[in-house]
Amino acid sequence: MILPLFIIIPLLSAFLIAIVSGKKDNFANGLSIISALLLLFGAIYNFITQNQEVIIYKIGNWDAPIGINLVQDSLTIFMLIIVGLISLTSLIYSRQYIRYISTDWKYYSLFMFLITGMNGVIITGDLFNLYVFMEIALLSTYALVAYGGKAEEFEASFKYAIMGIVSSTFILVGIAITYSATSTLTLAKIAEQIPHINTKIVYLVGGIFLMGFGLKAAIIPFHTWLPDAHSSAPAPISAMLSGVMIKVLGIYAIIRIFYNIFGAPEFFLNIFMILGVISILIAGFLAITQWDMKRLLAYSSISQIGYILLGLGIGSTLGILGAVFHIFNHAIFKSLLFYNAGSVEMTTETRDLKKMGNLKKLMPVTSKTSMIASLAISGIPPFNGFFSKLIIIIAAIQSGHPILAALAVIGSIQTLAALLKVQRFGFHSENKTEVTENKTSFGMKFAMITLAFLCFAGAILIIPGIREVTLDPIVEVIKNNGEYMNMVLGR
Amino acid sequence: MDNKSGMTIIVKTITRITVPTIILYGCYIIFHGHLTPGGGFAGGVIIALALLNVMIAFGRKFTNNWLNINFLEKLESISATLFLILGILGFLISSAFLFNFINHGELFRLLSAGTIPVLNIIIGIEVAMSLFLVVWVLAGLKLDKGEEL
Repeated sequence: MILPLFIIIPLLSAFLIAIVSGKKDNFANGLSIISALLLLFGAIYNFITQNQEVIIYKIGNWDAPIGINLVQDSLTIFMLIIVGLISLTSLIYSRQYIRYISTDWKYYSLFMFLITGMNGVIITGDLFNLYVFMEIALLSTYALVAYGGKAEEFEASFKYAIMGIVSSTFILVGIAITYSATSTLTLAKIAEQIPHINTKIVYLVGGIFLMGFGLKAAIIPFHTWLPDAHSSAPAPISAMLSGVMIKVLGIYAIIRIFYNIFGAPEFFLNIFMILGVISILIAGFLAITQWDMKRLLAYSSISQIGYILLGLGIGSTLGILGAVFHIFNHAIFKSLLFYNAGSVEMTTETRDLKKMGNLKKLMPVTSKTSMIASLAISGIPPFNGFFSKLIIIIAAIQSGHPILAALAVIGSIQTLAALLKVQRFGFHSENKTEVTENKTSFGMKFAMITLAFLCFAGAILIIPGIREVTLDPIVEVIKNNGEYMNMVLGR
Repeated sequence: MDNKSGMTIIVKTITRITVPTIILYGCYIIFHGHLTPGGGFAGGVIIALALLNVMIAFGRKFTNNWLNINFLEKLESISATLFLILGILGFLISSAFLFNFINHGELFRLLSAGTIPVLNIIIGIEVAMSLFLVVWVLAGLKLDKGEEL
């Protein structure tokens, strides 16, 4: 599938939903599921046919410095598949869940704008274009977080909007400084100019971008908006935010800028390592203390982002492999956990773990899938999370950071403790609830079972034969950071 | 017309005279987007401000009767869709998304530059409608909190 279609399909369906839908959401839901399916299959088709080469698409047939480039390499396709997968299950899940809030087409239109923004950030090869698509994704999430229409949801959305605008301003200032120093906004051209400019400017711009994109990725100490926003949003949106959005706007942009453009300076890699470990420990500790189920999961997201950042910061092949694999795994099990939280909230009408009771018998599918996801996120073999965390920890030891490795192991135990708390109080306690009806529908069960299956199946990505075609090319893109520039500029 | 809503007769009279002129000026900026400074966005903002001028001078109720708000909402989505369709035509007819596939014509003529004037008009409609509707909706929220119109 040609590259601009990844932006055109969701954008067109967003507008078509707005034009055609009447009062009901049937058409909107159907069209959005079809376009998410098209995006997922398109990404998989590109993965099969790409042959590990970089594909450049010139919009309007203008060359690089004048026009905007769209770039497709292994990392791009990997992220597109994650976005497609999680948005498809999220839309299937939404069909009943959103009717519980309202029967309106606006949700689906905003959802499609969110996908547009994220796909745009992933495939663009232009720094300012990245900023524009990021704003599209953010503006639609501000509205989606407040979709339930309760007071605390508006508060969370407002807080998120303020923090989002602050970080976007930092990014815009960073882009302005980069432009004044290099006279170009095309990512590959900037990468070409970076060795020729003053290193102080690189550090200044790097620091500003770290603040901006660090806020998007919710790395501690830039995390304060995340627990509110991710726990107040409707469950499918929480899954999109925690599963995909913080990785696309935060981690993916950090990879492109710090690895492919700046060429992975040692100074920033050390900062990533330290911030990663701080995020793992502090967020893991904060997660244990929460009694609100979705808030606990939101804090645990920060801690898992810490693992990804630690893997990236180590910078060795093994570390990056672990980080990339953990991006995929975390998208799957965290989305699944938010779907579980959503169906529990729908049935019991509470998110407070103390008020939940013996849901094991009432909601067998939700209970079992959440057990699988909890074990996977805590790093219990044979689930996918075990392998990615193991690789990151081994990479930390190999690169001579045994203390960081030990702290990462402690973080994993914290995650286990937090998620066992959910299991113990949410699903297996003796506390009897008055709820007798399970409101989980077929679509919601389907989404949960699909992702629970992927928690098992995801582990096969690490088997050597499969890893060489799936994960290794991505690690190659990040590790050989100069290669991106040469491939895009056609050398 | 209801004299009680909106502002005084002086403001209303001035608005009645100026609004068509402002809209005309906005159209001029849009249609000459490929020749002179300005373009779809700038012209669209001017048109949106003209409509908002009516809303401020004559009040919400009059504007609601004067304009078909539902139609404007549809128009906003339709113009964005048209932009995308023009972009898609670029790679169906020729080589790339948003490719300028119409004959470029002679420089400095009104009918020249291929698809650019068409895109400018579409952007103009989109910007005018969305800016006007954003303020319209925000103003409506404020009224809902107190009493009815």
